[in-house]
Amino acid sequence: MSAPTGPTRLLDGAGSGGVVGLDAHLARWGALPRVTSKVLLEAVDESGLRGHGGAWFPVGTKWRAVAHGGRSRPVVVANGAEGEPASGKDRFLLHRTPHLVLDGAAVAAAAVGASRVVVHVTARTVADVERALAERAHRGVDTCAFDVVTAPDRFLSGQESAAVNTVNGRNPGIPSFVRLRTVRDQGVAGRPTLVQNVETLAHAALIARFGPQWFRSVGTHESPGTVLATVTGLWDAPRIVEVPLGATLGHALGIGDDQARGIQAVLLGGYGGGWLPTATAMSMPFTEESARGHGSSIGAGVVLLLPTGVCPIAEAARVVRYMEGEGAGQCGPCVNGLDVLATSLEHLAYRPRSLRGGVAALPTLCGLVEGRGACHHPDGVARFVRTAVDVFADHAALHVSRGPCQTTRPFLPVPSVPVGATR
Amino acid sequence: MRRPRYQLVVDPIACDGAGVCAELLPELIGLDPWGFPVVGAGEVPPGLVELARRATVSCPRLALTLVRLES
Repeated sequence: MSAPTGPTRLLDGAGSGGVVGLDAHLARWGALPRVTSKVLLEAVDESGLRGHGGAWFPVGTKWRAVAHGGRSRPVVVANGAEGEPASGKDRFLLHRTPHLVLDGAAVAAAAVGASRVVVHVTARTVADVERALAERAHRGVDTCAFDVVTAPDRFLSGQESAAVNTVNGRNPGIPSFVRLRTVRDQGVAGRPTLVQNVETLAHAALIARFGPQWFRSVGTHESPGTVLATVTGLWDAPRIVEVPLGATLGHALGIGDDQARGIQAVLLGGYGGGWLPTATAMSMPFTEESARGHGSSIGAGVVLLLPTGVCPIAEAARVVRYMEGEGAGQCGPCVNGLDVLATSLEHLAYRPRSLRGGVAALPTLCGLVEGRGACHHPDGVARFVRTAVDVFADHAALHVSRGPCQTTRPFLPVPSVPVGATR
Repeated sequence: MRRPRYQLVVDPIACDGAGVCAELLPELIGLDPWGFPVVGAGEVPPGLVELARRATVSCPRLALTLVRLES
């Protein structure tokens, strides 16, 4: 057992082949130290760890809010629902190194004073988690109770309040309005609830073992550590890559100028993220703050490298129509606004001259949905559209002046399940 | 003692776009192209707090709340 010294941490323990069972896990990382809540909260605070589910919120602040949030015993939800179609890192982590995630959940429970952990994952990952939990139960590793809840296979399933609703068995996979009452105060069974992404928990498991100074030895001051990225468009199939925060994608992925020329643009953060010109995406420090500075977000670490020869407007239209269908259908501005956004992009893609108000209508429409949903679903779509309009301005202008692209080979992964179908 | 400060918050899930709030309080609430309220961000001016309170209780879905801001 030793702390990883290089930029590969989570994947260092993930082995090169199959599942890392409990024996191999303990041989690699050792047992979790048994320390007090106070020590754990301080370690997580000092580490500067931020949430890798997409919001990048400081983990220590969130844990303290739950630990001191209410009078009843808190609950921890280890969130691996990963509704983003282009993300695979949570599933990968739970499949390959489930004990690191479960250790992290145990650390979070000890830190906030919870005695119950709910592992929230989609159907295809349930067996991986149950196998790992059985190993732990057999060995008596944990002092808190674990159970597994199956998340619906929907884009919004991993949203914090949607996850709580799924666990509570009411409106599964559908977000609530949390502005006046957050899940940190009243979540699972009405208790203060910590919903934390599984990758974040895996990092916490290593912080508990090797300390905040070790954690900060990689990454930037604001965003220490590493991040798991799901990279699509560089190899035959998507790959999970561990990137030191603050490194450039160009360096981390080994993309040279030649290869970059074949990449039309880069989508960071998935379908609620934002498009960047290839040169920007390859050369900026890979952190949430620099992505935000460019109008994008690294979100849950989705990296989509759009090859040349694909119509980006047709791609954007397909994605926004998918996102419209994945909305919860609860909030008027989102229900109406996303449909108009999708329709407008479809016009721009296939009948560009019939788009009323031209391309300039799109950012205006974005302004009508931003900040007006119970959750951030419309905000994410608006960011996707605004950045698409910027990055693909020339391409959009060509559609208007010369007509739509002839070939529209689809590239971005969009589930083909009909809207409204039960999955 | 400082006067309490308030903000208007719409619960977009409860709201079904009846539009009563915009009618009662056009100073602070407009409607989007689909008839859903667009509420001005920030503090409700002290002179409008009573009207804002009336708008909240008139909402048929009780989707509008006057939230007291921490000072």
